[in-house]
Order: sequence, then structure tokens, then C-alpha cells
Amino acid sequence: MTTDTASDETRVDLDIDATTTIPQLTAGAPATLVAREVSAWFGNHQVLDNVDLTMAAGQVTALIGPSGCGKSTFLRILNRMHELVPGASLAGEILLDGQDIYDLDRRPIESRRRIGMVFQKANPFPTMSVHDNVLAGLRLTGRKTPGKNGAAELVERSLRSAGLWEEVKARLGTPGSSLSGGQQQRLCIARALAVRPDVLLMDEPCSALDPTSTRRVEETIRSIAGEVTVVIVTHNMQQAQRVSDNCAFFLAAEGQPGYIVEQGPTGELFENPRDERTSDYVNGRFG
Amino acid sequence: MTSTIDSGVAGPPPLKDDKLFADQDFRTSRRTSAAERPRVRTGGVSTELVTHVASAGLGALALVWLVYERLVPVTGTIGFWLVWYAVFIVMLAAVSATTLDRMAVTDRVVGALVTTAGMVMVSALAGIVVFTFVRGKGALSHSNFFHETMAYYGPDAGLDKGGIYAAMVGTFEMVAISMVISVPLGIATAVYLSEVRGRIARVVRVVVEAMTAVPTIVAGLFIYSMLIIELGQERSGFAASLALSVSMIPVVTTTAEVVLRLVPNGLREASLALGTTQWQTVRRVVLPTARPGLVTAVLLGVARIIGETSPVLLVAGSTNELNYDPFHGPQISLPLFVFTGMRQPLDVAISRAFGAGIVLLTLVVIFFALARIIGGRAPGHTSRRQQRRFARNARALTTTPGEQP
Ligand SMILES: Nc1ncnc2c1ncn2[C@@H]1O[C@H](COP(=O)(O)OP(=O)(O)O)[C@@H](O)[C@H]1O
Ligand SMILES: [Mg+2]
Repeated sequence: MTTDTASDETRVDLDIDATTTIPQLTAGAPATLVAREVSAWFGNHQVLDNVDLTMAAGQVTALIGPSGCGKSTFLRILNRMHELVPGASLAGEILLDGQDIYDLDRRPIESRRRIGMVFQKANPFPTMSVHDNVLAGLRLTGRKTPGKNGAAELVERSLRSAGLWEEVKARLGTPGSSLSGGQQQRLCIARALAVRPDVLLMDEPCSALDPTSTRRVEETIRSIAGEVTVVIVTHNMQQAQRVSDNCAFFLAAEGQPGYIVEQGPTGELFENPRDERTSDYVNGRFG
Repeated sequence: MTSTIDSGVAGPPPLKDDKLFADQDFRTSRRTSAAERPRVRTGGVSTELVTHVASAGLGALALVWLVYERLVPVTGTIGFWLVWYAVFIVMLAAVSATTLDRMAVTDRVVGALVTTAGMVMVSALAGIVVFTFVRGKGALSHSNFFHETMAYYGPDAGLDKGGIYAAMVGTFEMVAISMVISVPLGIATAVYLSEVRGRIARVVRVVVEAMTAVPTIVAGLFIYSMLIIELGQERSGFAASLALSVSMIPVVTTTAEVVLRLVPNGLREASLALGTTQWQTVRRVVLPTARPGLVTAVLLGVARIIGETSPVLLVAGSTNELNYDPFHGPQISLPLFVFTGMRQPLDVAISRAFGAGIVLLTLVVIFFALARIIGGRAPGHTSRRQQRRFARNARALTTTPGEQP
């Protein structure tokens, strides 16, 4: 710890990239997530139809498409948040390293602990300090933080991974809600990373952020890829190109459920899309 | 640049280099510091407004006086001031119209009306407090009023004998027991209504809302017939607390439910997405975030029952004896003391009743103040206590061994 901080002092002025070499963060290897024939409904209204998608371990998968085509719904199905909406239902399977997270004998909270989520609107807990927000995943679930120093190390490591450590290390005790919008969002990322998930889901994490904060979040995503599987919904084509390895293009006709038009390596999907609609969308001709 | 010219100091050289502004000495020596500079007035009362209001007020007074005293044979103070107010508003509109356009006149008239409403509220409250105080201060000036009871004195005893001690004990115990019953039950029901939802929850909500409207005397009758007649229990403060809880629980529940619903759903989802159970989310995230509002809910519940008289009279009876035991034998409460005192055609008894009224008012004020201090304000708003806790955390965390240079 002491040697660590000694090097902090010298790192302060360096570019953030210098701080992004992080010790191994996740517990095990990042997991592969496979969606098989997923359909979803809100009441009788079907919003997703037969979606098949493989999100490769340790890679960043971007979900793109116009609003209302079911990207958020799909993302929330991936960690069993969809079922929290009254009247919501789904069909199909979500395999986390080969095991269906919707198996009857798997409890939702087990899946959610392995598959973390960052929301569109930053939502740090207002009654907790920055420090406690990072540890919330452990404390709220009644798990022990690893001793006093272990907790401090976990907080530092998570905040470093989220590219926030240098900015908040002097005020870990202030309320999480006292940070700026961009910092709050990175705090939420740190909070999600602190429980060492195998997969991290992000729903338009930068849509409310300024360009600088957006750049930092993108750097964060790139730096944690490899240690955790990332699935990100974004409306920003450049962002999808910058951060993702693979890309899936969702589309929904008026009043019809959404489906995947095309998926594949990001470079290919943007450079020479197979489908005309993909090409129109990625070139900004609709959506 | 204009500011330096205004302050009478030679302006700085034309801006060529950004470094000039980075230089602290330059700023502090050449420019008046921000604290000294006069602020632009953006609000406040203009002299024109004062003239308009004063002239309309005096004009209306003169006119109405003329009509009342010289022209029509009617009298009556209340009527006089009501007519004066109506004429005042009309005149204010007329006077304002000499300098303002229609919209601004409407704005001013509406402003006058709502200001009046506010002032009527404040003066009504002030009136009640001052009136009670004036009538009751005779009793309050004797210290025996606070620590003696009426057990050995008749209602005609002088103010230097007897007091409200038994009533204070009764009120304190009844309110405390009611809180012990109502706060957990009320908040638990509110959690059920806001977090579980579903069809049964809707039925429960309707029942709770209907309960808010149950008159306290009916609640008292219910407890009286159940506990005292059917089960043969004796009258007691505890029985009164049960009757009071019937009124308090729905107030706590409905207010707490509103407060819990104000907790952003994003916080619940953030917590659940970390793998918490619903109960963990409620206990560690929803309730702490709503805490200030929950304190308000409890406060409103107490405010509802602290002045209740009829159920206490019915099920706790009334006694002049001091009775510390809320489970056995009749007890008296402050509102009941006021009620019995006011029925005596004796100046001393009435004075004591007003004195008890003041004590009751003071208790309510203390309660509101406490709730404010403990509770802070809106949900998610950090109270002063929380801020202190955060500050303590900050100090503790920044001085961990690892942080020492
Ligand atoms: N809570 C909900 N209740 C009912 N319908 C919903 C709800 N959330 C989303 N929908 C509907 O589901 C469809 C897909 O929404 P969403 O997944 O949010 O799309 P996207 O994230 O791609 O913009 C939309 O038609 C939307 O109206
Ligand atoms: Mg969305």
C-alpha cells in the first residue's frame, strides 16, 4: 500500500493512460455470454424477436440501432433486470459460460452478481460516501470486505480501473452525489467493477456526459476489456468504432418487435456492411 | 474592463498575454476585490410599489370610513375591514394602471392577494399563540404548575397550588406508546405498498386511506367496546394509545408511502443490479435515502394525535391522580386537562387550562424543530448530521497509513 502511494505522487500529472495498467481485477476469466432465440414482451406488446448474439469473453460488444428497437430491453435481459418490470416476460436462453442464467434453480441475484450493470443515468447512492459507494456491492449483499486494508485496496483498485482515482483520492469521504456528472458515472463503473463481475453491461453510459468525461469512460472501457466482457449500448457511431470489437445492429419496424439485422466484427460492419440498412444507419442516413 | 474604470483605478494594459491574468498580484492590486463591489439589485421593493400600496391603502381607508361613518347607517369592525380590503385591491389596480400595462397590473394584484393570504395565515397562528399565552401566563408563572398535580386540590384552588404534572406524564406515555406501535407498523405497511405493489397492495392502500378518515372518537369507541367491555380490561393509558394508533398509523403510512415513492427508481435498480435481494435494497438504500421524509411522516402522525381528547376521555378515563403506570388505571393527558379545566366556571381553572394549552403548543414546536434537525429536507438531501458523518469519514480516509507521504 505504502509503496503504491509513493508511486501515485509521481503519477499525478501523467496522462490517464499511465494509470490504466491495472492488476487483475476479476475473480476468474471473463465469461462468454450467448443469447439464444431471445424474444421479449411488455404485457402483450412484443419488443424483441428471436435475437441470437454471442458476446465473446473479454471483448467489447456494442449494440447499436435507432431508439425504441429494444437494445435496452435486450441488455436488461442479460442480467435479469427485465423481469423487474411488472408484466414483462421473455423467451429464449441466456448462457453464461454455457449455463442458462434463467434456469429455474439459478437465483436472479447470483446472475446479477456475475453480470454487473452501468445505467444511462449515473445513480450513485446519495446516502453513501464515494468510498462506501465503491464498496456498496459487497456491503449491501452482506459480504465481508477483505479487512481494513483490503477494503482500501479494493476501493483504490476499482477507482483506478474506472479512471477516477486521481480526482477523488483526496475526498473519498464526501457524498457520492457531490461529484460531477462524469465523475458520478465513473464512480458507478467503479462500483460495478468492485464486485469483480465476469460481464459488465453498459446502457448508453456516456449519453449524459461531456466530451472529456466521455473520453475517460471510453478509455476505461478499453482498459478493462480483456478482464471483463463488456456489452455496451451506444447511439454514437464513433464511440462504437472506438471501443468495440464486435457490433450488433438492432432494428424495429414501426410497431414491430426489434431484431438483429447484422452482427460481426466492428471494422467489417462499419467498413463494408452486408445489409443496405446497416450501411444507411452507420452512415447517418436514418435513426 | 469597465469595472476597473468604474473603480477609479487606471485600467490594466491591453490584454496581450494570458499570463497577465494568471498573475495573482496584478488582480488583487489593480481591481477592487469582489467582496467590496456593489451588487446589482435584482429584487426587492421599489419606491414606486411602496407609494402605490400606501396610497391605495390610505385612499381605501378614507373612502370606506366616509361611507361607514357618514353615509350609511351600518356598523361592525369585521365588515369595515372586509370592505376596506376589497376597495384597497380595486384602488391598487387603478393606481398601478397609471404607470403599468395590463399584465403588470394583474401581476401586482395577484401578488397582493397571495401576500394577504400568507399574512392572514401567519397572523392567525400568531393570534392563537399570543392569545393562549396571555390567558395562561398566570398559571405558568408558578413553578408548582409543572411539578404538582390536582390530586389534593379542587378546581377552585389558587394558581400557586396544583398543576399539570400528571397530564404531562400521561401525554408523554401515551404518545410514546402510540409511536412504538404506529411507527414500525406504519412504515412497514408503506414499504409493502411502495415496494411490493400488486392487487392486494391496492386493496390495502384503499383501506389505509379510508382509515385516515375514521374519526378518532369512533376509534375510541371501537377500543372501548373491544378492550374494556368485551375483554374486561380496565381503563388505561395503553388502551388510549391503541385508540390513538388507529388514527396515527394511516397518517404515517400514507405519508411514508409518498416519501418512499419519491426515491428514484434508478437507485433501486442500481442496488438490485449489484446482486442484492429486495429486502437488502429496501433496508440499505431505499429507507436511508427516504429517511428525512420518513421522519416527517412520523412527525405528522404525532401531530395528528398529540392534541386528541375524546378517545383519551373514553378509554383512559380522566383522573386527578398521578399515575405513572400506563397499563393500569386511568390517566389524564394535556388536551384532556384543557378540556376539563375549560368546563369549570372558575377563572383559576380556565387559566390553568390555557397554561396547559401553552405547554401543549410548546411540545408541538419542540417536536417540529427536532424533526427538522433530525430529518433534513427532501429525500436524498444530506442532513447536517449526515454531512458531519461524511466529513468524519473524509478525515479518517485521508489519514489512513497508506496515504501518509
Ligand atoms: N417499462 C416498459 N413498459 C412498456 N414498454 C416498454 C418499457 N420499456 C420499454 N418499452 C418499449 O419497448 C420497446 C423497446 O424499448 P427499449 O428497449 O428501451 O429501446 P431502446 O433502448 O433501443 O431505445 C419500445 O417500444 C418501448 O416503448
Ligand atoms: Mg435505451
